[in-house]
Amino acid sequence: MIERNPKRSEDSPLRRNLTKLRRNKAAVFGSTLILIYLIVALLAPVLFPGNPSAPNLVRSLERPSLKNPLGTDELGRSILGRIIHGSRVSLLIALGVVLVGLMIGVPLGLVSGYYGGKIDFGIQRVTDTLLAFPGFLLALGLVSVLGVGLKNTIISVGISMVPIYIRLVRGCALSVREQTYVEAARAVGTRDSAILFRHILPNVMVPITIQTSLGMGTAILFAAGLGFLGIGVQPPTPEWGAMLGSGRAYLFHAPHVATFPGIAIFLAVLGFNLAGDGLRDVLDPRFRL
Amino acid sequence: MPQSWNDVEVSEVAEQEKLLTVSNLRTRFRIYEGIVTAVDGIDFEVYRGETLGVVGESGCGKSVTALSILRLLASPPAEIEGAVLFKDTDLLRLSLDELREIRGNAISMIFQEPMTSLNPVLTIGEQISEAIRLHQGLGRQEAWDKAVEMLKLVQIPSPDMRAHEYPHQLSGGMRQRAMIAMALACHPQLLLADEPTTALDVTIQAQIVDLMEHLKEEFEASIVLITHNLGLIAEMAERVLVMYTGKVVEEGRVEDLFEEPLHPYTRGLLESIPWIGKKVKTGRRQLQEIPGIVPSLLEMPEGCRFHPRCTQARDICSKEEPPLVWKNGRRVLCWLWK
Repeated sequence: MIERNPKRSEDSPLRRNLTKLRRNKAAVFGSTLILIYLIVALLAPVLFPGNPSAPNLVRSLERPSLKNPLGTDELGRSILGRIIHGSRVSLLIALGVVLVGLMIGVPLGLVSGYYGGKIDFGIQRVTDTLLAFPGFLLALGLVSVLGVGLKNTIISVGISMVPIYIRLVRGCALSVREQTYVEAARAVGTRDSAILFRHILPNVMVPITIQTSLGMGTAILFAAGLGFLGIGVQPPTPEWGAMLGSGRAYLFHAPHVATFPGIAIFLAVLGFNLAGDGLRDVLDPRFRL
Repeated sequence: MPQSWNDVEVSEVAEQEKLLTVSNLRTRFRIYEGIVTAVDGIDFEVYRGETLGVVGESGCGKSVTALSILRLLASPPAEIEGAVLFKDTDLLRLSLDELREIRGNAISMIFQEPMTSLNPVLTIGEQISEAIRLHQGLGRQEAWDKAVEMLKLVQIPSPDMRAHEYPHQLSGGMRQRAMIAMALACHPQLLLADEPTTALDVTIQAQIVDLMEHLKEEFEASIVLITHNLGLIAEMAERVLVMYTGKVVEEGRVEDLFEEPLHPYTRGLLESIPWIGKKVKTGRRQLQEIPGIVPSLLEMPEGCRFHPRCTQARDICSKEEPPLVWKNGRRVLCWLWK
């Protein structure tokens, strides 16, 4: 009998997947972008000490220079500083939004898929209704009900993602619940709650992880969209979408005011999308579209 | 209960205690095409410490019977009627919470496919200790130790290491052992084994059979062994139920049934077993088969359901349902013995 060490690391699935992920250039690029944003967000007070929102009208609309590498906005605030501090806002929104989506969407999807019948019918008709609206429109509508601000942006965009999670998790739960091991778990007397969260949920984690990574990109984009329209996070909080919106007025004689926040949004969304695609390729090739 | 049960009790099972009494169990599925009666009013008993074999072709209601006993069928579409008395409790009338106390504790089940009956994302140890923690109120560590002990009992080598492994790291035979360990972890009084060896190769089958026999003795459990493998029945069971299209067509002690099958269907099943030296003994070269196939549950033949395939069918067989005939402590559902 060959002695085997179950904790042997060379063939652990995690390590194998990390190796695969490392070979995927797009995924590496995406993850690097996310990592840079994370570091910037964490070190924001060190990278740009002081208040990014304090106006300095003498320096209004200056072009990029050594002192202000990305120039200044209409109130003379450093755009670089506001982008750096804005990364905190955007990542917070991304995280908050997927949390709202997960916390509401995953349990509902599990219950809907596992129990079926009338419960499923009810949840799915509501989901259908929500999915009939384009996601951004839904978020827009919710903001008009809830009002502007950071918290409401997170809630609105989060709720607009709920139906996506419900559908995804329900579909997976439907196929997992038919597995013999779920029947076996019931045959030893396992409670429904334990079957849902201990037996079914871990089996649907892969699609949920992928959707979450892709969802963060979408969340940043939606939140920036709301900010751009002036109904998202409100100034003077440095938010990329709002910066883009206020820079629009100076597009012709000070294009840097709108350009750099736009690039920041673009790179963040790109990072999450590439990382999400990479994760999907590594974790579950069947989900490749 | 019919008078004739007394005949059965003359035999050695006489003093034994009834563990499970199934009476007039009927399981229907309401589906788009109509109502399908998968189990059609069956009666049987399981005595303490015995192994009851249930045989029949695919689709005759064997598995549905087992699943109905523990009410593991989704309802709707399934509708279960009748009574399933476990000692004095009717399992069909318990609340789900009360039933959960019995599942895996007093009655547990082994499934056919060891490949799919263990959860791929949980370790073997986690899955076995889950059952233990549910019913015995042990702490995490104690339950884990008990799980390792169970793995050792089902003769899995280096059990403490195996407990940390996931199902995909185990072979089919090992997985079935792990499944048995899980089913027996709470020392059930009744084990429903649904084709426990079908998915395994022959040498592993023999090991699993030995193991189940051994553990049955050790835990003094009763087993309901569902299979289409008559060899396995001969090996393990003391009494046999033969099922056809959701009905029990014959019941008897295993020796009697193999010696002198009463129902033409039972005879057909026995004749379709290949064995070495058959030609010498019977002078027949070809393996016998039962002509035709099991009828669709939606289009049951009139009268005896077996008559279109029966070599001894008479006029009456296609007209009237066959009577239940008691003969020397055995029962058979056939016009031949009236």
